[in-house]
Amino acid sequence: MTTTDTATRIPLVDYLALEPEPHLVAQECTVCSARYFDHRDACASCFEAVFRSVDVPTEGEVTSFTIVAYAPPGVDAPFVAAVIDCGGTPVRGNLIDVTPDPEHVKLGMKVRLTTYSLGTDSAGTEAIGFGFAPA
Amino acid sequence: MASGDVWILGITMTKFGKHPEIDSVGLAAQAARGALADGGVSMRDIGILAAGNLMGGGALGQQLQKQIGQTGIPVYNVANACATGATALRTVVMAIKSGEVDMGLAVGVEKLSGAGLLGVGGPKKQGDTWEPSGRQGAIMGLDGRVGTENMPGTFAQIGMEYGHKYGGVSFELFARISEKNHMHSTLNPLAAYTKAMSVEQIMGDMMIAYPNTRPMCSANCDGAAAAVLVSDEKLKTLSDDQRKRAIRIAASVLTTDPYEAGCQILPNVNTLTRNAAKQAYEKAGVGPEDLDLVELHDCFATAELVHYDNLMLCSEGNAVDFFESGAAHRTGSTPVNVSGGLQSKGHPIAATGIANVWEVCHHLRGEAGDRQIEGAKLGLAHVIGLGSACGVHILEKTAA
Repeated sequence: MTTTDTATRIPLVDYLALEPEPHLVAQECTVCSARYFDHRDACASCFEAVFRSVDVPTEGEVTSFTIVAYAPPGVDAPFVAAVIDCGGTPVRGNLIDVTPDPEHVKLGMKVRLTTYSLGTDSAGTEAIGFGFAPA
Repeated sequence: MASGDVWILGITMTKFGKHPEIDSVGLAAQAARGALADGGVSMRDIGILAAGNLMGGGALGQQLQKQIGQTGIPVYNVANACATGATALRTVVMAIKSGEVDMGLAVGVEKLSGAGLLGVGGPKKQGDTWEPSGRQGAIMGLDGRVGTENMPGTFAQIGMEYGHKYGGVSFELFARISEKNHMHSTLNPLAAYTKAMSVEQIMGDMMIAYPNTRPMCSANCDGAAAAVLVSDEKLKTLSDDQRKRAIRIAASVLTTDPYEAGCQILPNVNTLTRNAAKQAYEKAGVGPEDLDLVELHDCFATAELVHYDNLMLCSEGNAVDFFESGAAHRTGSTPVNVSGGLQSKGHPIAATGIANVWEVCHHLRGEAGDRQIEGAKLGLAHVIGLGSACGVHILEKTAA
């Protein structure tokens, strides 16, 4: 991961924070603590509409996965789609830096958030994606 | 049976105009929350949601629940061209008049600014700089980069999650579930595929999303199904033969997924199925042990496993043992998917929910020929659509 000026990097999704170190940020309902990564008009659990940003631990355990053979255009296949329990917060992500087969990917394996480059646009802005690699 | 008047308690409209900053679901959420506030009630008081949106692809109701409250109530996504809003109202009126609910919410939304002549589409201009868009501020497509939302992959994870939670499950076991259904289909002349396949053939076939190989996925095919329903009173006036072959709907239940931690990361198809099954068994006055056959939603072999548990055909956490015991085989104590299931009979999506009721009725009428489950008197049919919605029907052979 090269160190570049923040102004020339943009995360794949707005819940990936790149500073000070890459980590995910969830919107937590201030009434019932339900956590969301996408913008919500109101909490699906308790209907209230006040959220606060919370940092999600970068380490976790794989609680489910699949190895997908066919990918959309521009995406390498096979890829590993997974659910990672990050300190009690379920997170959706790909498992990366691991051979995508059942011999190497296991339920319960420990993983850590990592980032990678998705390319640079015409304005010189580098897009940064995230995944989880074996810890 | 309630048939009194129905009243409007709260009602709202948003300012109509150009709203590029807000999506359809956001507009619908504004209107829905406004109506609830106007009426002085919350989603907790609502027993049914009818939602209409023509341009959005048909799942407005579930998308809306995620923004205003996921309470697991039945959702009816309705479409009737320009009469869609009135159809949503009508749906709620019927539910209240029937006595099944005492309060319901009807919502309609459309984003048509800039649509020009309706019926003419076109792609939006793509720029050459990253532009965040949507509720996750994504700068490009997320499928394949942040997990997957494709069906085989989603249901593969659902099956694997069950294994992780309850002591393990293997690729081979899922393949054996598929082997069962392909074998069952050899007796069903209406199945899309009627070929038996061995476990080795199934495991060695094209991998789609581990552990689901191609034969472990529901078969895409064309098909339709339809049913005529009649009231008790009307049936009494019909012929002996009509009355003899009529099958009683002992339970007809629809649920959606109530919010649970993690449901926004991997869809939870378990709780809403269990809720629908519980309601259905209670309405029918029976238990899972009374069922003579079950047609459940094996959209993927990995899905069938979790539904043994969700439909309470086995005790919680014991779906693997249930399958290993042979109970789900056509010769077992609770035959599951003797039609061949979605994997072999096929899954023409909108037809399946009526087609599996047909299969159960076929056995209850004693007309299932070679694949007849002897003496079948009671059956259950289950479907689940991701987003989500679950339908469970219990059918009973009884004197009309």
